[in-house]
Amino acid sequence: MPEKYHITTKPVPPRRPRIGKYGVVDWREDCARCHNCVKKACIYDRHRDEIKYIRTIESVDALFFDCMGCFSCVQDCTKNLLCLTINPEYEKLGNRYWTPEIIQTTWSQAETAKIPVSGAGYRGRFSGEGFDSMWTDMSEIVRPTRDGIHGREYISSAVDIGQKPAFLATNIDEVVSPLSPILSLPMPLIIDRMPDQFAHPKLDAIIAETAVKTGLIAIMGSEKWPLFEEDADRVLPHIAFYFASGAGMISGEILKKTRFAEIEDGRDVKDRIRELKRIHPGIVVAVRVEMTAEGMRRAVELADGDVEVIHIAADQNGRQIGAENPLFIKEMIRKIHKALIENGKRDNVTIIAGGGIALPEHLAKGVLCGADLVSIELPLLVGLECHLCPRCVEGSVCPARIQEITFNYGAGRMTNLISAWHDQLIEMMGAMGIRDARRLRGDTGRAMFFEQLEEEAFGRIFGKRLQA
Amino acid sequence: MAEFLEKDCRLDEILPEKTLKTRTPQFQQTRAIRPALPRYRNEIAKYIILRDEEKCAACGRCVALCPQGVHVRKPGYKCFALPKSHLCFGPKCEEKGCYCITACPQGALRIQENPMMKVLGDYRWPAAMILATWKMAESGKIPLTDYGYEFETGDSGGGFDRIRFKFPEKPPVELGKDEIDTTLELNRRNDGRPKIRIDVPWYGGGMSFGSVSNTTQLSKARAAVAWNTFTCTGEGGFMERMRPYDDHMITQVATGLFGVREETIQRVRIVEFKYAQGAKPGLGGHLLGDKNTEAVAKMRETVVGISLFSPFPFHSVYSIEDHMKHIDWVKHVNRRALISTKVSTPNDVDMVAVGSYSAGTHIIHLDGGYGGTGAAPDIAKKNIAMPIEYAITKVHNFLVDEGAREKVTLIASGGIRNPYDIAKAIALGADGCVVGTSELVALGCVRCARCSTGRGCPRGIATTDNLLAPKIDLEWGAQRIINMYNAWRNELVTILQRLGLRSVSELKGRSDLLMHLDYTNDVAGNPS
Repeated sequence: MPEKYHITTKPVPPRRPRIGKYGVVDWREDCARCHNCVKKACIYDRHRDEIKYIRTIESVDALFFDCMGCFSCVQDCTKNLLCLTINPEYEKLGNRYWTPEIIQTTWSQAETAKIPVSGAGYRGRFSGEGFDSMWTDMSEIVRPTRDGIHGREYISSAVDIGQKPAFLATNIDEVVSPLSPILSLPMPLIIDRMPDQFAHPKLDAIIAETAVKTGLIAIMGSEKWPLFEEDADRVLPHIAFYFASGAGMISGEILKKTRFAEIEDGRDVKDRIRELKRIHPGIVVAVRVEMTAEGMRRAVELADGDVEVIHIAADQNGRQIGAENPLFIKEMIRKIHKALIENGKRDNVTIIAGGGIALPEHLAKGVLCGADLVSIELPLLVGLECHLCPRCVEGSVCPARIQEITFNYGAGRMTNLISAWHDQLIEMMGAMGIRDARRLRGDTGRAMFFEQLEEEAFGRIFGKRLQA
Repeated sequence: MAEFLEKDCRLDEILPEKTLKTRTPQFQQTRAIRPALPRYRNEIAKYIILRDEEKCAACGRCVALCPQGVHVRKPGYKCFALPKSHLCFGPKCEEKGCYCITACPQGALRIQENPMMKVLGDYRWPAAMILATWKMAESGKIPLTDYGYEFETGDSGGGFDRIRFKFPEKPPVELGKDEIDTTLELNRRNDGRPKIRIDVPWYGGGMSFGSVSNTTQLSKARAAVAWNTFTCTGEGGFMERMRPYDDHMITQVATGLFGVREETIQRVRIVEFKYAQGAKPGLGGHLLGDKNTEAVAKMRETVVGISLFSPFPFHSVYSIEDHMKHIDWVKHVNRRALISTKVSTPNDVDMVAVGSYSAGTHIIHLDGGYGGTGAAPDIAKKNIAMPIEYAITKVHNFLVDEGAREKVTLIASGGIRNPYDIAKAIALGADGCVVGTSELVALGCVRCARCSTGRGCPRGIATTDNLLAPKIDLEWGAQRIINMYNAWRNELVTILQRLGLRSVSELKGRSDLLMHLDYTNDVAGNPS
């Protein structure tokens, strides 16, 4: 049996006080000092914890909000004084796309490496924008195409990057077809470059170590190659250097230790790919295409031109860049995937999709929509307790003190997060009855889209759906 | 062996084939409505009344004015008790001329909207819906409109929350409430097995001992007895204490087969195969180690403290033919039982339903992706399988097309929160519903979602902790659910009356009586 993909994790507690969703505050000065709330009502002992915390508090910006939101103390208070509130610090986390829920669940997964579990059923909106307007399928009793019954340990999350030949020409026992280089990753995920505003120099070594520990690849600016000279044999197979237009070539010795590289799109992409392959014939090269209004057309054009990997990149919120009515990355993946199938080019090219991948379900859904794998960057930063607030960009003090993180803390948290994502991908694949992530790509038969379900279920009852 | 069966399985108590009743004396419970007051000192309210003690002259005008009894001064006391804010109608009283805030000669009273209304609940169960369910559980009645609890829909922005009934100004047929039939026949196969008719078109969902307390299970069972309906064991086995409820219990046979024995199959009138559940479709079940106490472990024949997994799917079922073998097995073991097949809502749910019908099931139970009461991975709750609203129409239409619709009972669950959801589900094509979360809310659940954390539910509902579970008194718990069922039935009767329908079965598939706020609603034959 081949070796199982396994990420070794251990809990990495947060450095900063937790920012919980709920807080209990007194709202009237009339406490009877009965201690009902402290001794009886709170089964989590949060009131005592709070007292301990206040005694050891170091800075005034770090409030204690670890309440579990069960209302027991509120309803048992002798004088009905307590009021449960939403922590204003919690509401300030992230933004409209990177919601406080996303930030908090990412923190939790980076700390524990566990799949988030809760009770009381689903609590959210019926559907939403982007990835929230689709559901994944599950396999039940009748499913002639499913892979059969199997345990999680038999599910492979590995994917390939590179061109896959449509057929092999053979001459007796010899394969005569030209074979392009190809590399495998243990899960459909690649670590992208951190956006410039969040690119703290400390992060490079941490991200590289995370890529090593998880068996993935991290994309890094080509100017960063000296960082990895010392431990080149161990680290460089997990690094893909990104060559911006005009960036110089790096040492051949360094390049030959890598497996994958990425270049900025431009007129001379073919020449630049040729140059990289001349130095390192075994390397797989991706072209990064920003998803502007022209991005989709350009991606298909590059695929027609036999580029082996295309990395399509939307903005941080998964939207088309600079478009008046921006499409979401989900739609862009589907359109590109469909166009490539119609052109007969789909297996000639690997599509990596990035931008707006914030949760593990986005990974699975991105692949279901047609990407071979997805790229992430911000979730790893959030895993380090980043609030995704604009304070660092504005030059203010970072509330997460990213500049103070240690190597072990950073690599541990990022590794934990990726492990939790992997486990959740396996859960979703298990439910779908899919045994191989390669078969997940573009299998929209395993997905259910809001528009399609609405039309099927409600169209004949209620007529046409009104535009929002 | 025979001796063992006689002694341990109490074969003498298992009913003979041709009788409908178990030989175990059955618990009797009336459906009489009795007040079941909130069990916490401070009920959460929409409005908060604040009294300035320094300004208050204790004239008692507020006490005399308030018809709701918000202001209380106990005999012999000079000062007032804390205002009972949860009884307050708020500014609505101004229209009625009994607004204490403006009537107080000293201006000592203030009213404000309770900030906790923004904290309690969620999109699917907004605070108003939770508070209204508490009122129903307390009084057995739908809360007065003056409270302003818009409990009919949630804020999820889709599905039932955007569907409304098209009530005519005047019903096409004038009917008295006592002329309206809410019963539901569960066996439509004419296969010689008993006809079972329940008095309300819903029954209680499966919650195992382990996931919820013994008291919670028994409260549900007593309500099922009172309303001549059913509740389900869940996968945690059939407790001895449940024997007096045999006639109203459903034995669940799930993939882990915890507590499933021939004896527990033989003593009930319905046996349910659970293939999947809405909270975690395709993932199986998971009881966290902390909840696996000595009692739970004994019931499930496992080791204390270890996490218990029910695998997905049944490892003996690869096809409908295998499913049929399952059904045949249970039908052979219990010759009078009806079979229910509980499935989740995949893309091919219609095929699953027809297949299950052809395999011989009496009840197809669809559990939508947004349902569930117990612990589940967040990723599954939100993303896997379709919401029940879609599945009902898909399955109903397919069964109609296949000519099988009148031969099988279609039950929907997974996000059914109130009588309006039940009526909408039936109008979309279901025969009835299974409810779960609402029963827990009736017992005081605030949907804090901590069922899976440590000792379990801090409210004493979904826990087996020795200190937490006794927070609920059995009599109180049963009465709360009985009361809620009463309020629901009354409201369902009102809905049918307004539509001029004589029975729940007349509502089935009447999607022409519905409209969707996001659609043109101009389909021929379905005029808006």
